[in-house]
Order: sequence, then structure tokens, then C-alpha cells
Amino acid sequence: MDLMTKPLSSVWLRLLARRAVQALVLALVVGTACFIITRSLPGDMATRIAASRYGYDLVSNAAADAVRTELALAQPAWRALLDWWQHIAQLDLGVSLVSGEPVWDEVSYQLGATMYLAAAAVLLAALLGVPLGLAAGLRPGGKLDRLTLGLTVLLRATPPFMLALLLMLGLAVHFGELPVAGHEEGWSVLLPAMTLALGLAAGLARVTRGALQDVVSSAPYEFARTKGLTDMQALLHHGLRPVALPAVTYLGVHAVFLVEGAVVIETLFAWPGIGHALVHAIFARDVPMIQGTALCMGLLFASFNLLVDGASLALDPRQRHRREEAGAAT
Amino acid sequence: MPMHLFPSKHRRQLLQAGAAGLACAAAPALQAHAVRGPLQIVGPWEIGGLQPAVSGHVFTRLQIAETLLGAHDSGQPAPALAQRWEVSADGLTWHFVLRPQARFHDGTPVDASSVVRSLDLARKAPALLSTAPIAAVEAVGPRAVRLRLSAPYASLSALLAHSSTLVLAPASYDAQGQVRGIIGSGPYRIVTLAAPTSLEAAAFDAYDGPAPAVQRVRYLSASRAETRALMAEGGQADLAYNLDPASLQRLRLRRHLQIASVTLPRTAVVKVNAHLPALQDLRVRQALSLCIDRSGIARAILRDPELAAQQLLPPTLPDWHDPTLTPLRCDPDAAARLLRDAGWQRHGDGLRDPQGQPLRLALRTFPDRPELPIIATALQAQWREAGIAVDVQIGNSGNIPLGHRDGSLQLGLAARNYANLPDPTATLAQDFGQGGGDWGAMGWQNPLVSQHLTELMRGRMGATRAAQLRRQVVGVLHAELPVIPVVWYRQQVAVSRRISGVRLDPLERSYRITDMQWTS
Repeated sequence: MDLMTKPLSSVWLRLLARRAVQALVLALVVGTACFIITRSLPGDMATRIAASRYGYDLVSNAAADAVRTELALAQPAWRALLDWWQHIAQLDLGVSLVSGEPVWDEVSYQLGATMYLAAAAVLLAALLGVPLGLAAGLRPGGKLDRLTLGLTVLLRATPPFMLALLLMLGLAVHFGELPVAGHEEGWSVLLPAMTLALGLAAGLARVTRGALQDVVSSAPYEFARTKGLTDMQALLHHGLRPVALPAVTYLGVHAVFLVEGAVVIETLFAWPGIGHALVHAIFARDVPMIQGTALCMGLLFASFNLLVDGASLALDPRQRHRREEAGAAT
Repeated sequence: MPMHLFPSKHRRQLLQAGAAGLACAAAPALQAHAVRGPLQIVGPWEIGGLQPAVSGHVFTRLQIAETLLGAHDSGQPAPALAQRWEVSADGLTWHFVLRPQARFHDGTPVDASSVVRSLDLARKAPALLSTAPIAAVEAVGPRAVRLRLSAPYASLSALLAHSSTLVLAPASYDAQGQVRGIIGSGPYRIVTLAAPTSLEAAAFDAYDGPAPAVQRVRYLSASRAETRALMAEGGQADLAYNLDPASLQRLRLRRHLQIASVTLPRTAVVKVNAHLPALQDLRVRQALSLCIDRSGIARAILRDPELAAQQLLPPTLPDWHDPTLTPLRCDPDAAARLLRDAGWQRHGDGLRDPQGQPLRLALRTFPDRPELPIIATALQAQWREAGIAVDVQIGNSGNIPLGHRDGSLQLGLAARNYANLPDPTATLAQDFGQGGGDWGAMGWQNPLVSQHLTELMRGRMGATRAAQLRRQVVGVLHAELPVIPVVWYRQQVAVSRRISGVRLDPLERSYRITDMQWTS
């Protein structure tokens, strides 16, 4: 494969350089925007932080005053922002105003948990969605095709929290084999991942099916069949690669949604994820935590995009040639 | 003892992720729960870090860390780390003697200097101990601690039983006095701590009390009541705390579960701004109270008709509950008469004063306790019947104290815990003493109540005198309604039949795991 022999060709270098600059700008813009937005929210910041630290039983004006003094919240906002920039320049995300723990520790643990959940969901979705989509695409209009269409509509229309409760009731409570919630037991990830994966698998099956249908009706595929290849051979050699392109793009886009949109699922399954933490941080006006989370998620999404672009480039020689030609022309 | 608040286990997680896909097909082969696996407790309380003022309650409830004093169910002080204590005749010197064999989980003995260190750090504002007039905390022997006060303070015993004053080993703190690990002296020690959601603890072999029957315990914080209920129903949780009324009804039908319950010293109250001319009038406050259908709210929202508040404090605090008081009642006709007498005239769009100004109020509440917004809308509907227009504003819990300070609060609905400290005197003095309190009276003053509460706080009086003072305080609060009680609370816990000996703590200080046994 020419990819392997020319790992650092100009196409790849240009892609990486552009994305690195994008990521850096993104990090600073996101962090600063978070700061400005959070600081301009209505409500007293010290009281919010005190309420989150000490709970609704012990929050009081005295507690809020102590927090205000401890965190120097009365100082001008620009000084706090300057502080954050200085820390960022030293690769330090600061300390959570609520827990007093380093933001990096909290974010890496919670973002790690979310990525683990998202990875499990994507894997499950691929395992369920791709074979179903392929089978449906080989016989468009067949029983399986109509069944996947129906399932897709049903799963897409079901709100995630309802699907989660149904899965909890069905698989965990009724059969009693899987843990309902938590993250300590090895199989705890299965139910939340499945909740996220079912909707994703349904969409993926339709995308795969559509792509395969296009491929099957194309002239090159027709030629492969007429030159005597079996169904399976034609599919393996001439079908999978073009089908993989839209499937990878679809998964890439939705993996981002999984990381940022899993709040409901994380809360319901008591999963220590970043969505849940971010919502809490916003309630608590925990500015460094919000900035740190947004920054890490921004960088993560930038790397996601890079991976998806890279995968598309690796899968599709046409794109590489186009880019190489464009590079040569400039 | 090294401890990682956010454990790194990515590699294991990745391996599990890989396995998760395959597991779909192989679900029936999964391992069932071990019969005597760890006792699993699930509750809504997150582990918000390591600082005792923030999450000390997690560690004291799980019997990982101990406080100097404990409390009986009635709120009276009980021995804990201090096996006995004496108060000088003038009430200014408190002398504590520690349990001689007590050890921290790192093996070091619990000595007076470590207690002094923990208490000194717990005196940092805004922790509760900072409110006590403590002049000095001193070690007067290897196992003897002396607290000197600048004024008598009877609630000190309650403060020393609060989770924010828990005692940790010197190795728990860093140079700045911040807690970096929880090395307590309780019957359980931490095995893994994964803030903010979970914690696993094991029995501490060198504990100086009887060895517990339950060897390992896990705590999971699950913020949704539905999750907790399903965990109990599915057999994953042995004790599921703070269940929602709808789930409870379903769980009562499950044979493998029983429901344990205890009335808590917590009351949903409407805080009233009596600075406002309308609410300064006792008749209007009484009318607001008479409009409330408490048994309706208790039945429909909490699904427990017994929780309709008959007075401010529930019978679970016998010292502060007066059974001879006439229970608060619902009487819309009497309310209408009182409002008329107070000068409010009924118009087509509600009540108006003689100048034609409508009676329009804003009720603040917060969603941290999910029933509060629902109760708020029930109150809104019941007051609307009487012609009082109320806007419900749901926001942060801090908005109520904030509105108390800047005067913007009109009505506030909160679930006030009168046993933040085991003895409610300090909380009541804060709420109804001189100048009112963030969660109590606002613009209401009663010299008798503040004098009595001050006297009770000083202590050093006969039991009869104390009972008399308490009765008078409760009587005035009942008659003058500086806050309007709505419903009481009950802690309802789904308990697996795998365990016995579950005895709920009405003060919510401990899960009492050491009292529990496995049944099978």
C-alpha cells in the first residue's frame, strides 16, 4: 500500500500542520469564550460554588463569603483570565473551584470514562450495524431491508432515556445478569454502551445499505460479477472499501455526538463521564473546570476529525490523488 | 497510603471495551453476583473531593472516619473517638479522653496531637466548627484533649459529632493542611476511591471494636432515583437510599426486598419575607398556611399521608415536638376571612389591597430535591384558589440565602434539615435567633424566642427548665409562622433480604454497616 511506503508524504504533512494550528487556535478561543460566558451568567458565583461544595443543607451567606475570600472572586475578571492564560502557557489547567482537585486529574479521569463508553458504543454499533446494512444492501426491498428500516425509525424515535430504562428493566432487572448501573464491575459498560449503540447501529445500517446498493449497481461491480467472481468475492474485493467510506464518516461524526451528548445516559447509569461533570461544573460556575473540559473536548474533536480525515484518505486513493495534484499545482 | 482520587485504569478499560462487543452474544454466560460479595450501597450523594467540610459525610456514614463524639437517635451526645468527656462547671473547658486502643488505618495510634490537628483545620471558615467560640484546642496528655471556650456553648458536643470535624491521621494532610487521603480510624478503610461516584472499603483488621460481619462495602453515587430503585430491584444494590415515591410503590411488591423507613428531622418549609408589608401581617401568613392542603400534598406527591406537617418539627425529635399543639390544618374559608380582615379584597383577577394593588408573590425553590418544584406548583395552585398569585421560580439552592441577604426573596420553599447537627438547638438559633437566618425567619423577630434559644445554646440548666424553654419556642413558632411548615420527610431505603440488622439512622450520620449481618 503506498500509504505505508510514503508515511510522511506532503499530503499527510499538510493535513497534520493545518490541524495542529486549528487545534491551538481552537483551544485558546474555546477557553477564553468559556470564561467570558460563564462570568457573564446571572447569579452570584460565590453562592453557586458554595452551594455545590457544601450542598443545599449547608449553603449560607457566610459560606459564600468565605468562598469569595478564599478564591479572590472579587478581583477583576481580566486578572483571572490573565491568570488562566499564564497557567495554560505552562500546560496547567488549574484547580477546580468546587473540589479543590487539579482540573487535569478530573478531566482525564472523566473524559477517559466517556471515551471508553463511546468507544464501546461505536464498536457495538459497528458490529451490529455493518453486517445488517450489508445484508440489507445486497437484497434491497427484501424482508431484512424492510425490517432494518422499521427498526431504524423506531430506534431513532425512542428518546435515549426511555431506551436506557427499557434496557435496564429488560436485561438487568428481569434477567439479572448485568449490573444496572455503576462502573466498577467489568460488564457495567455494556448497558450504557448498548443504549448509545442501538440508535447509532440503526443509522449505520441504513448508511451501509445505501452505500452498498450504489456500489452493487455500479459498472465496476457489475464487471466484477461478469468476470466470474462469486457474490462474496465481489463484495470483499470491490464492495467493502467504497462502502467503508461513508460508514467511517458517519461513525466519526456520531462519535463526537456520543462524547458530548451522553449526559443523559451517564447520569442515568451513574457513569463518571465528562458530560455529567460538565453540567455540574456549569451549575457550580466552576470556571477552570468548564474551561479545562471545553478545551480538552475541543482538542479531542479536532483529533477525531483528523482521524476520520486520515481514515478517509487511507481508504480512498482518489482523495489522495486529488490532494497531491492540488499540492503540486500550488 | 497512596490514594488516587481519579484512578487511571485506561488499559483495563480498553481491554474491557474490546470484550464488550463480544459479550453481547455471550450475555447468559456472564457471572452472577457472588453471594457474599461486597455490600452495595447506592445513594444520591456525590463524593465531591476529600475535604471534610465538603464530603466528610461520605466517610463518616461509611464508618471510615470517626468524629470525637457520636450521637444517639434522639440527638443526645454519645461516645465515639472520645470514650468519655467532662465539662467544667462554668462550661468553658471541655475535657475529652480518647479510646486507648484506637488506631488509624496506617497503623499509627490515634493520639491527642492528631485530634488537635484535625480540629484546628476544621475550625477554618466556613466549616461549622468555626461558629463555636473556641479559644484553644490543646493536647493535655497522649490521649487527652482539652477545648477551651470563650463563652459557654452547649452545642459544642453536636458540632464535634458533625462530619466536618472528623479526625484523620497526620499523614492525610499535605503541608498546606489540605486533605490528600482519607486515613481514618473507623471499622472500615478505603480500598479504592473513584470520585465523584464510587468508593470501596474493607474491614480494618486493627479496629479496636468488634469485627464487623460485612467485610467489604461499596458505595455508588447515582443521581437518579429511578437508577437507585432499579439497582435494588435488579439485586445489584443491597441498600438503596432516597427512593422516589413512585418506585417505592413498585419495590414494595418485590419479595427479595424490604423497605426500611425512618422519619427524618427535615421539614419542607416556606420561608416568608416578613419585611414585605403584606407578609408582615400575621393574618396573611396564617391565611397562607390555612390554604395549604398538606395531607393532599403528602398523599399525592410524597405518597405518604402521614407526612403532612402538623407543626414545624416532626415527632422524631421528641424534645422539639409538642404533641399538645393544635395541628396545622387546611381551611380555605378561614383563610378567606383572615385575608378579608387584613384588608385584602377579592376581585375577578385575585386579591387586591384598598389601593388596588394586587397580592402577587414569587416563590423560589430548587430542584436538588426533585419533589420541591412539584410541591411549589401545588402550593401555587392552592394559593391561586384563595386569589393569591404566586410565580414559581426554580433556580439554585443558593438563591434563597442570597435573597435573604439582599431582601429580594418573597417566599422560598426549602427542605430544611434541622439536624444538620445532631442537636437542633444551633440550627434553630441560627434560623430564629436575633436577626433571623438564611433559611429561617426574615423580618420576623420575637424577643422571647431569641432569648430562650440563646439560653439553650449556653446550656448549663436543669432538664425541666430546658424542656420548658423548648416548649415555649416551639409554641411561638407554631403560632406566629415565621416559616410555614408544609411536609415532613421520611427516609425510605430498599433493603435486600441478603442482609439483616439494618437500623436506619434518623440523623443520617451513619449507615451502621457494622450492625448488619449476611442472612444467607
